[in-house]
Amino acid sequence: MQGDTLKIKAISGHAGTVAGEGVSRDYDVCKLIDTTTCIGCKACEVACLEWNGYEFRETTFDNTYQTMPDTAWNYWNLIRFNERPNEDGTISWLMRKDQCMHCADPGCLMACPADGAIVQYANGIVDFNQEHCIGCQYCVTGCPFDIPKFNPVTKKVHKCTLCSDRVGVGLEPACIKSCPTGCLHFGSKDDMKILAEKRVNQLHEHSSHKNAGVYDPQGVGGTHVMYILHDKDKAADYGGLPQDPHIPLLVQIWKGPMKWIGGLGIIAGIFGMATHFLRFGAKGSGENEVSAEGSAK
Amino acid sequence: MSTRDVSLPKASSEPEIVRYTLTERICHWVNGISYVYCLLTGLALFTPMLFWIAAVLGGGAVVRFWHPIVGVLFVAAVYWMHSIWQKDMKTTENDLKWKAQIKDYIENNDQKMPAQGKYNFGQKQFFWIMVYGAIGLLLSGLFLWFPEMVGRSWHWILPIMIFIHEVSALATIAGFMIHVYMGVFQEPEGFRGIISGRVPASWARKYHRLWSDQVSSESKTRK
Repeated sequence: MQGDTLKIKAISGHAGTVAGEGVSRDYDVCKLIDTTTCIGCKACEVACLEWNGYEFRETTFDNTYQTMPDTAWNYWNLIRFNERPNEDGTISWLMRKDQCMHCADPGCLMACPADGAIVQYANGIVDFNQEHCIGCQYCVTGCPFDIPKFNPVTKKVHKCTLCSDRVGVGLEPACIKSCPTGCLHFGSKDDMKILAEKRVNQLHEHSSHKNAGVYDPQGVGGTHVMYILHDKDKAADYGGLPQDPHIPLLVQIWKGPMKWIGGLGIIAGIFGMATHFLRFGAKGSGENEVSAEGSAK
Repeated sequence: MSTRDVSLPKASSEPEIVRYTLTERICHWVNGISYVYCLLTGLALFTPMLFWIAAVLGGGAVVRFWHPIVGVLFVAAVYWMHSIWQKDMKTTENDLKWKAQIKDYIENNDQKMPAQGKYNFGQKQFFWIMVYGAIGLLLSGLFLWFPEMVGRSWHWILPIMIFIHEVSALATIAGFMIHVYMGVFQEPEGFRGIISGRVPASWARKYHRLWSDQVSSESKTRK
């Protein structure tokens, strides 16, 4: 997998073909997060900071166990806590590791106007190249999960890389290494789907979570980070996970039909005016023809 | 005022009349140059096919920095232009007649067109496209300039703002293309006019008869 996994198959703001598009036989990688066995220890938060070399940020206490309200440009991995009252009077204490979902159809990449600022590798990882980033934050606009975060000092956007630097040399992402309960799994997407299916069956048979399921939203073509949820129809309870995420419709319009309508309209306008000039010529100056018929010069 | 007028090589030795004051010409060109910068940089961000324009103009990050600043200059210039030209841009009955006969205008059968004031209906339309376009571009552009100020729960508004920005921009581009074609290729007298401030009297008489008559009667009463 080495080397080949970092072949690029999609590039933001890029005209023309991409060398790695549709040529890879490599596995798609995938992170599987089992929220039913997560204990909210935040070891993954620390491992993420450690590997990526960021200082620990100031935390905010909001009467829960959550480290801070949201991820940040230098804090890509956050456990979101939620105490949900159930119908039977009990409380479910839900916790979800929030980070980039590495969509198969990434909205950030679609929205980005800067050539090469966002790439998707053949193994499915979506990565930001800060040296090509122009700081416009269109990626924020395109992302249905609100993941990209802006650094106001450098004017660059950052997010979880799925440890593309580690995966590229055959290692697991840092968060996976740190998980004490084994609720984090990493492997090929196919393997993770099988593993998730087994776990969901187990929950159906041996627990009260009869509606447990896998979160792999097809609205964004599936994701390279999947969740196992206690109740697959209540994604929003897990710190606002969208139930059925899509790239915003207007983003699809202005990166799709509108680009063509606008571009072809401009070309047609130039062509039309040139034709007009050849057919009708310039308007006369008005000299020597104040009362003459026609606009001949 | 006439001492400040630039003299350019003229097409003929025809008598000329003043069409634009120095203020009007400066205002027009601040508008024009700031608009063209925003047009080029905006097109670079509009489609990957034209992102090379950003490379030519200093790179994507430089373009992203200057586009909104020059954009504000453009909007300010439009505001200025609105304050000095607004009174000339109101639609009149003659304009409606002109509009009904637009086919003759397009086919350069100008002798059939009704007499026009200082600006014809098409020019007025272009003016209002730019005014309303500038308002749309400014209001949506503020969101695109500082998206980090928009809270997470309001992120849904960003795609809408980008859409408004692009629709406004495309509307102004359509008007701008016709404006340049008319001004540079169709009526070079108009182009010389917006630089030197003067146009041939015969040209003014042919295309802006009402204005031409008004100017000559005013100059007679003054003299």
